[in-house]
Amino acid sequence: MSTHSAPTGQPDDRRNGALPQSALPLGDVAAWKWTCERLIPSTTDEGKRLLDEVIRRLGEHSWQEMEIFGVHLAIEEALVNAIKHGNGYDEKKSVRVICKISPDRLFIEIEDEGKGFDPRNVPDCTDDDRLEVPSGRGLMLMRNFMSSVEFLNRGNCVVMEKRRA
Amino acid sequence: MADHRRLQVDKQGKVSVVRFADRKILDEANIQQIGQELFQLVEGEGCKNLLLNFTDVEFLSSAALGKLITLDKKIKSQGGNLKLTNIRPEIFEVFVITRLNRLFDIRPDEADALAAF
Repeated sequence: MSTHSAPTGQPDDRRNGALPQSALPLGDVAAWKWTCERLIPSTTDEGKRLLDEVIRRLGEHSWQEMEIFGVHLAIEEALVNAIKHGNGYDEKKSVRVICKISPDRLFIEIEDEGKGFDPRNVPDCTDDDRLEVPSGRGLMLMRNFMSSVEFLNRGNCVVMEKRRA
Repeated sequence: MADHRRLQVDKQGKVSVVRFADRKILDEANIQQIGQELFQLVEGEGCKNLLLNFTDVEFLSSAALGKLITLDKKIKSQGGNLKLTNIRPEIFEVFVITRLNRLFDIRPDEADALAAF
């Protein structure tokens, strides 16, 4: 059962009018050197293709290798969350990705059709008694390598930004 | 000796030194296969002491970390030792962020790691 709304051209009412603070400069269209909005099927290959393109674009806009590493890892983890945990590899379900890149900033929004989750309920993977649990580290890596990570809707949409130092 | 397609295994005394064929340890199918090959070394071939050399690895995801944790448990249950070496700084940061540098014995180079078994 999908409650997913029309994936493209939808107004921002799903945010209930409350744009994340970090996303405000989005209106400054001229600042972005590359933007894309894609609807991809829930497969690892499609996710990889999109991610490879984003990484290539970062390189073209003079992002350094170390910075790209962290962004790459954060987007990889977010895409796996959407494709695997959100949409369960169901190719009939889509992942919607909006990405914008400038020489000093990256914005990415990734939305799946899953039931979402409450990030406040994700336990801290660095607790002593959780150190040997083999899963649950993606969110922490995303938060560490990005400047901001926010979840929208029912938790099925993640908005991340990276601002270069 | 089993066929290790994603690993290169080199016996050095009582220690099996493992290198990875992949520069990026990322997608699930790949990680599953690497995991199976590592588990086969420990459980199938009785290699209790493993040294994983990450010298050619440029990237790994949280799913790969999960496999390493499971491998560590299997090795400990057999009374063996797992050590990691030649991890590049950006990947080492991933271990630090997740505090897995406290779980794993991480050494700067292979000679140092071998001497510590």
